[in-house]
Amino acid sequence: MEKFTKITGIAAPMNMINIDTDQIIPKLHLRTIKRTGLGKVVFEELRFNTDGSEKPEFILNQEPYRKAQIIVAGDNFGCGSSREHAPWALLDFGIRCVISTSFADIFYNNCFKNGILPVTVSKKDLDALMADASDREHPELTVDLEKQEITRPNGPKVKFKVDEFRRECLLKGLDDIGLTMQKSAKIDAFEAKQRQDQPWLYR
Amino acid sequence: MAAPRTLFDKIWAGHLVDELDDGVYLLYIDRHLLHEVLSPQAFEGLRMEGRRVRRTNATLAVADHNVPTSDRDKGIEDPESRLQVETLSLNCKEFGVPLFDMLDARQGIVHVIGPEQGFTLPGVTLVCCDSHTATHGAFGALAFGIGTSEGEHVLATQTLRAHRPANMRVLVDDPLPFGCTAKDLILAVIGQIGTAGGTGHVIEYCGRAIRDLSMEGRMTVSNMTIEAGARAGLIAPDEKTFAYLKGRPMAPSGAAWDKAVAYWKTLPSDEGAVYDREVRIDVARIVPQVTWGTSPEDVVPITGVVPDPKDAPSEAKGKAMKRSLDYMGLAPGTPMTDIEVDNVFIGSCTNSRIEDLRAAAAVAKGRKVPAHVRAMVSPGSTIIKHQAEKEGLDRIFREAGFEWREAGCSMCLGMNPDRVPPGKRCASTSNRNFEGRQGRDSRTHLVSPAMAAAAAVTGRLTDVRDLMS
Repeated sequence: MEKFTKITGIAAPMNMINIDTDQIIPKLHLRTIKRTGLGKVVFEELRFNTDGSEKPEFILNQEPYRKAQIIVAGDNFGCGSSREHAPWALLDFGIRCVISTSFADIFYNNCFKNGILPVTVSKKDLDALMADASDREHPELTVDLEKQEITRPNGPKVKFKVDEFRRECLLKGLDDIGLTMQKSAKIDAFEAKQRQDQPWLYR
Repeated sequence: MAAPRTLFDKIWAGHLVDELDDGVYLLYIDRHLLHEVLSPQAFEGLRMEGRRVRRTNATLAVADHNVPTSDRDKGIEDPESRLQVETLSLNCKEFGVPLFDMLDARQGIVHVIGPEQGFTLPGVTLVCCDSHTATHGAFGALAFGIGTSEGEHVLATQTLRAHRPANMRVLVDDPLPFGCTAKDLILAVIGQIGTAGGTGHVIEYCGRAIRDLSMEGRMTVSNMTIEAGARAGLIAPDEKTFAYLKGRPMAPSGAAWDKAVAYWKTLPSDEGAVYDREVRIDVARIVPQVTWGTSPEDVVPITGVVPDPKDAPSEAKGKAMKRSLDYMGLAPGTPMTDIEVDNVFIGSCTNSRIEDLRAAAAVAKGRKVPAHVRAMVSPGSTIIKHQAEKEGLDRIFREAGFEWREAGCSMCLGMNPDRVPPGKRCASTSNRNFEGRQGRDSRTHLVSPAMAAAAAVTGRLTDVRDLMS
């Protein structure tokens, strides 16, 4: 997994609440057996007409947001299906950070497994960052995970908090399966005891 | 004496392998379900690292999302869908994971077959790369959806890194009124607490209305927990739970059964156990529920009208409501029963069990679906399909003009050919009314099975109580 330390990039304002994972990546693209290549269809139904032409009103079809690395969005981002294709598609498009007032739990976890940083901020801060992103002349934000702060083109920095464990893993881009496998003796011991206490779980 | 604990506290504490950091644990996973859509990349990850599946017999796979619901002997026409289903078979063979393929007599929707086989048991931790894994909470299992990377972690280690969630009690004390079902109950809950109302929490449903529900009804309630933002929705196991599980192929039997039941009886929350949050939902006066918009929280009683964005509680919600109304092609103030439908779908992991089919058939019996309405029934599993056929339900549906299909996820999300055409309106027993969910530009109204059948035979959203004797 690619690590995340600090990025400076264009932030796209998506001022909608409840952006669900069906909107981020429609189901027909779940038929892939790969993790890559979904960037061209991220937000497909919001972004393209049925004939494949672009919807000019959609933010990622406008300059300078075609090169956005950050999304600033309304409450409850990523709700719905557990599809990890949602962060895969965002990442493949070039998005490394999503900022919102809240995230759905599964999507939030999925981001950390894929080098995307979800940042939770207050409503007041979100409004300010949404205004920053909406300024086409200066839509750039710097998101620093080390310092847990967002630097804005104008105005005071916005502080945020990510729990220590997730932060550490993302900063270092750790392979968590490898780390867990180092604990196999503990897992063995758990299983041995459970097999004794609840033998019906071992068919 | 030990402090009183909730059902969740007990299961959580019983599955901790290690504490990794403050509040972060390595949680042991007893049961892992897989389907073809969200698992291929997990197996690919194992293959690339030369890892194996740690406990194949604690794992069960089934093909459900992409499978056609008609002419199965002809195989899968769409090449991408076919590749995905074939990939599941190849992966299961290579890694030794038990699989119910498309033609297996036990095939069905993953969240239907788990309980049906007795793979799902009280007190276990159960995961699946699918958000509706919450369904299995109806058995008093800590069951929740995970991402594909997490699925790979479980395959390799039989554990998951997890942050301890908060615990929320949803109390539904009153008996359900006439014409109302588990679906109406959970829609009312979501309408009240909102789609993010349970975020960060594990819910436990308690109270008389929950106790009174059958296991099928409880599964409907737990299933839609994710639509309230909570990943897991637990219901304490009781005699109904045990009766449902007894004799299931993968459930314990003989002396092991007695030992298991004795343990399961210790699971319900202790008197005086403390929850982080408590919500009381009043259902004494509810009527059948229906959604009007594109979020499952957009719920109104069938006797109500399409709401006005002007009355929205916040500017953001008002904006979302306007967008929803535009998408749904509805005007504020329209009585819900004036809304005509083109499609009706009875199925999905929410409402495709035998009791759901019986309720829908009772309404359909002796009535006719108008020619311009396409109504479809897709049972939750092949076993349920056969049971329904034994009871003659298929004949009732067919005579009324419904299509009687094979088991699968079908039109809930239309990954297979079953889709709602653009601009068309569907009364659906599924779980999500998101934009594009049932097909691009499709319009979904979520309802109970009886309400769906009522919409099918009248061609409009209908108060099913008017059709009930």
